[in-house]
Amino acid sequence: MSIDHTHFSPVTSLAGGALIGFAVSLLALGLGRIAGISGMLAAALRPDRSSRSWQLAFCAGLLASPWLWQAFRPLPAIQAQASWERWLLAGLLVGYGARLAGGCTSGHGVCGLSRGSPRSLLATASFMLTGFLVVWLDRHGLRVPRS
Amino acid sequence: MKILVAGLSGLLFGLGLILAGMSNPGKVIGFLDPGGAWDPSLALVMLGAIAVSAIGLGLAGRRRVSWTGQPVHLPPRRPLQNRLWRGGMLFGAGWGLVGLCPGPDLVLIGTGHTGAMLFGLAMLAGFQLHDRPWRRPSRATLHD
Repeated sequence: MSIDHTHFSPVTSLAGGALIGFAVSLLALGLGRIAGISGMLAAALRPDRSSRSWQLAFCAGLLASPWLWQAFRPLPAIQAQASWERWLLAGLLVGYGARLAGGCTSGHGVCGLSRGSPRSLLATASFMLTGFLVVWLDRHGLRVPRS
Repeated sequence: MKILVAGLSGLLFGLGLILAGMSNPGKVIGFLDPGGAWDPSLALVMLGAIAVSAIGLGLAGRRRVSWTGQPVHLPPRRPLQNRLWRGGMLFGAGWGLVGLCPGPDLVLIGTGHTGAMLFGLAMLAGFQLHDRPWRRPSRATLHD
């Protein structure tokens, strides 16, 4: 294992993380809510919920964020190449899994962990585990070395 | 006022993701691949986010009502359940396939990325497959 020094960005990643934490704090102190994005998105799209306006507003803020960013500086490079089958399969797994686990990277990984929740720790450890495993299989595991 | 606070929070969350480099799936994959040249950035994003959230959520936990007068709804302590690791493992598999999770997906959709839109549609289908709103009245889970 070696550190990828050309891509590793300790300062901006820490600062970006702190900004995410600030957004989480604002929602909790201002509205009394946890910033769990999969839950908000699911709630925003449920037709039978009467009070889903704040969830929609949060999602709209996320959608608008690259637009605001671009008003000041160019967006960072995006590397995201995959077949349409892979996008669909990945989205399906993420969607179903997030609902089953009751949260995703934001709800469990950030909010839950920062409250010291054992439930969130279990969910986060589980998605980290298969995340690492799938990438390893994808990039190295299925490639048989020939000598 | 509720709408304003939530919209601003979403906007800041998205800007944080972009600043942190997390709106780039390639960077997430770079973290999930210690077998190659490893990019530890995501760990620092989590660290920064958790450190600041711990303060905000800690303060919120001591209040009964929020600034806008809405009641504070933080999830109560509940016992561990199998669905947590089962769901987590499925989620992680999808995350590893393309390097996207729900927050960064919305940011990427905002840039007009076609793959992120496909992912988003499938994700919504995944929500519905789990929630099955056509079968019974939906039970909203607060902790997500």
